[in-house]
Amino acid sequence: MNPLKEQRRIIIIALMVALMGIYLIRLFSMQVIDRKYKDLARNNAIREVVQQPPRGLIYDRNDSLLVYNEAAYDLMVIPKKVKEFDTTDLCNILEITKEELIQRLEKARKYSPLLPYIFAQQIGKEDYGYLQEKLYKFPGFYVQPRTLRAYPEPIAAHILGYIGEVSENQLKEDSYYQMGDYIGISGIEKAYEEELRGVKGKKMVLVDVHNREHGSYRNGEFDVPAEPGSNLWCTIDMQLQRYGEKLMANKKGSIVAIEPSTGEILCIVSSPSYDPNLLVGKNRSRNYAKLLRDTVNVPLYNRALKAIYPPGSTFKLANGLIAQQEGVINRYTYYSCGGGYNLGNHIVKCHSHAGSDLVDAVRCSCNAYFCRAFYNTVSNPKYKSVRDGYQAWKDHINQLGIGQKFNTDLPYESKGVIPTVEDLDREYRGHWHGNSIVSMGIGQGQVACTPIQMANLIAVIANRGYYYKPHVVKAIGSKDNPNTRYNQRMNSGIEPQYFEPIIDGMKLVMTSGTGRFAKIDDIEMAGKTGTAQNPHGRDHSVFACFGPVDQPQIAVFVLVENGGWGASVAAPIATLIAEYYINREVKRTDLEKRMMELNTR
Amino acid sequence: MSNSQPTKFKGVDTQLIVYYIALVVIGWLTIYSSAYDSSQPFHLFDLAQPYGRQLIWIIAAAVLAFVVLAIDTKLIQTYAYFVYAAFMLLILSVVFIGTDINGAKAWIKIGSFSIQPIEFAKFATALAIAKFFSSAKTEKERKTQWITAFILIGIPAVIALLQKDTGSALVFASFIILFFREGFNGWILLAGIFAVILFVLTIVTNELYAVALLTIMLIVAWYFTKGDKMKIIRNIAIYAGFVLFVFAVNFAYNEVLQSHQRQRIDTILGKSVDPKGADFNLNQSKIAIGSGGFFGKGYLHGTQTKLNFVPEQSTDFIFCGIGEEWGFVGCTALIALYLALIIRLIILSEKQRNPFSRIYGYCVASIIFFHLAVNIGMTIGLVPIIGIPLPFISYGGSSLWGFTTLLFIFIKLDDN
Repeated sequence: MNPLKEQRRIIIIALMVALMGIYLIRLFSMQVIDRKYKDLARNNAIREVVQQPPRGLIYDRNDSLLVYNEAAYDLMVIPKKVKEFDTTDLCNILEITKEELIQRLEKARKYSPLLPYIFAQQIGKEDYGYLQEKLYKFPGFYVQPRTLRAYPEPIAAHILGYIGEVSENQLKEDSYYQMGDYIGISGIEKAYEEELRGVKGKKMVLVDVHNREHGSYRNGEFDVPAEPGSNLWCTIDMQLQRYGEKLMANKKGSIVAIEPSTGEILCIVSSPSYDPNLLVGKNRSRNYAKLLRDTVNVPLYNRALKAIYPPGSTFKLANGLIAQQEGVINRYTYYSCGGGYNLGNHIVKCHSHAGSDLVDAVRCSCNAYFCRAFYNTVSNPKYKSVRDGYQAWKDHINQLGIGQKFNTDLPYESKGVIPTVEDLDREYRGHWHGNSIVSMGIGQGQVACTPIQMANLIAVIANRGYYYKPHVVKAIGSKDNPNTRYNQRMNSGIEPQYFEPIIDGMKLVMTSGTGRFAKIDDIEMAGKTGTAQNPHGRDHSVFACFGPVDQPQIAVFVLVENGGWGASVAAPIATLIAEYYINREVKRTDLEKRMMELNTR
Repeated sequence: MSNSQPTKFKGVDTQLIVYYIALVVIGWLTIYSSAYDSSQPFHLFDLAQPYGRQLIWIIAAAVLAFVVLAIDTKLIQTYAYFVYAAFMLLILSVVFIGTDINGAKAWIKIGSFSIQPIEFAKFATALAIAKFFSSAKTEKERKTQWITAFILIGIPAVIALLQKDTGSALVFASFIILFFREGFNGWILLAGIFAVILFVLTIVTNELYAVALLTIMLIVAWYFTKGDKMKIIRNIAIYAGFVLFVFAVNFAYNEVLQSHQRQRIDTILGKSVDPKGADFNLNQSKIAIGSGGFFGKGYLHGTQTKLNFVPEQSTDFIFCGIGEEWGFVGCTALIALYLALIIRLIILSEKQRNPFSRIYGYCVASIIFFHLAVNIGMTIGLVPIIGIPLPFISYGGSSLWGFTTLLFIFIKLDDN
């Protein structure tokens, strides 16, 4: 063979092998060294579709449904992925104009070109089916199923709370959430968010270059099914709640009813309220704004937890207990009255009577008696100073659940006001004594409590000394799985024997005292009226009661703003609640009718 | 095949046959995988599916192979020019009567399927070149033989360009490998390669860099010529030629090329980085291959190729499917298989006593190698995206039959 040609044959083969060698080096770097392409391929072909779990349902204590779910679908858009599409087609499906479509796309782009944006909210089921079929024609758009809350009855709005889209802060705090997810914002929805929301699943779906789905990736090997949220059984008695809301119609105020033996809230009414269905669906934000703007009725405000009132005479019950525990008075301690408690320059007035022992003082709500008892409690010689005496009193009050938050499953409660020694020092510039603050003895002055704190006080009395923190959820997941978070028995710090004179007085209130017109014939009740002074207008009508006295089933606290005397409005409402709950029927139908029709607004 | 008719095809090269069958089978499996959808029923001969049609073409190719093996080698040699002329006329007629597919007017429609005659022009040209170089020449003819040879490969290339089929036109440049083997001046080839370098430099940077490089080389050359006037003049002439070339490239790139062509060049040279624009195809192709990893995703488990992310996934970009599902291991094996085939072709060619057979063998090796290098090169971004098939593997009857004929003519020649 020609040596030149032999040489060239070798050159040719060498160059070919060398070139292929370069290719293999290139392939090695692309396939083995560089991770970039693997990530790109994942994004290209596999779309992780989030499977939203259904939110847990909420039942009342008797298995009646309070909250359930309805499916709805949002059309989401990722502006960066939008390509040319038939706008008329989409406009027709969504029934919007082309201008609107362009406007929405513009908004979405402004929000973020890469993040999903809700292009059309809560599309109905029929439209959804139609849209799903045509979706491949609209690259960059996809449908996100949503859970909408629905309420068989428009009651218990405050306590159930509502859900709404997560805020940007929440997104940052909790990686569970993605833009557009719903989260509990108030009430049970907020307190039990983690139980209700369940666990999101994911589905790996193969998507082709036209954004069409081609079934699951590797037969669903990597799919994680969504875990539905846990159902909740709340302590609310739906019928009682409904009844309470009816009674509170056209009134401002609250009802809180507690089962004393468990701390379970049987009904909790804050009036005016709103229809929970208003805060669901397309019109949520509009309705929300409307409710928010209503500064007269403030329907979103949960008075039962947040509003603080001077508790009035019902507070005397607490003071009567503390004074006994501190050894200042006993059942038979007699204080003369003579029309009031003399402060020297001022008299805390009382109705005209000679005087009373503890039981009678409770019955007739003697101001003089409880002023003196309070004075003697804080000025007790066993303490070095009135400061120490006051501190001892305050510790008792706090132990009775007043002046601090319960921190249970009722979000956004107020602490109330029980001034600290330092507060009083500030207020009186360091110079104060028992009589400076004596109006606290009758539930006026510096003290202010929330309705739920007062209801809890009545539960303590009904239990003769202890309580369970008031809460609204009984069982989680299944009815056999009780909510054990709040089953710690709280000691009130008052010995059981000191409750008897108080309860005896409260019994008399119902038979021969201020509450006698609200008496229930076949149930022995113990009650206490109150009239909370209101500097802004008519006094608030207050009533607290529990019954039956021997085996208490219910403790009720009612406050009707501007209702006047406790006996006139709050007492009938509170006893009607008790009667309805205990007997399941109300015999005092005239009173019931009058209360329902009463308008104090 | 060698077993079926042992007497007639006694000397048929078993290695080549095995390589051929292996490549065809790999091709069909890859085509099947790219259309595979577990939710769809599978029918082997489903003509609605590319794998179904490819199977028909494979069977036809087998028949074609037997026919080629049955032809008398003398006839092949004798009628080489005639075959060449006939196919040139055929591809020329396509320019006028052809059907437009994907912007190239390169197809003849017969009933429901189309044929791309240019695929057959490759072996026809190889025959003509083999005949031309093997025939005895006068001294005068020897002087002009390179011009004639370039004309022979230039005719189909120009016709392919007229069909707007740039890829096929470039394929005819593969004959230069043979020309080199047959004694074509290495310096001229080197100059050609240098011209390519200048071309890239001009487009990626600008023409001034290219001119600067040339000037530096001229000055260095000046130092080595040591005052030999003839050499200085020669160097200046070469220098002037290249400078002219640089400006011509610059002018052609900016003024003559259409924007999409310009973009393709830009993409391959790394000038533009718009992943959804001009280099979408290349990007998707690289993602598919790159995501294969070392061992691949497994047969039928590719996602990129199956979900249409890769364009032309069973024709020009079929290598993506192999890269994705079989990974680096599969790519290496496939390239090794091709190299084995090509090297076997060269070794057998060199053994031929008949120069016609030897030259033809080189042509086959050159054409297959060129396809291999350009096709794989483009899928991994080393070569501009030029639409030419991967021999024996890409989907399509015309290319499979063209390559089958090309290869089996050599197998037949070698048999004798």
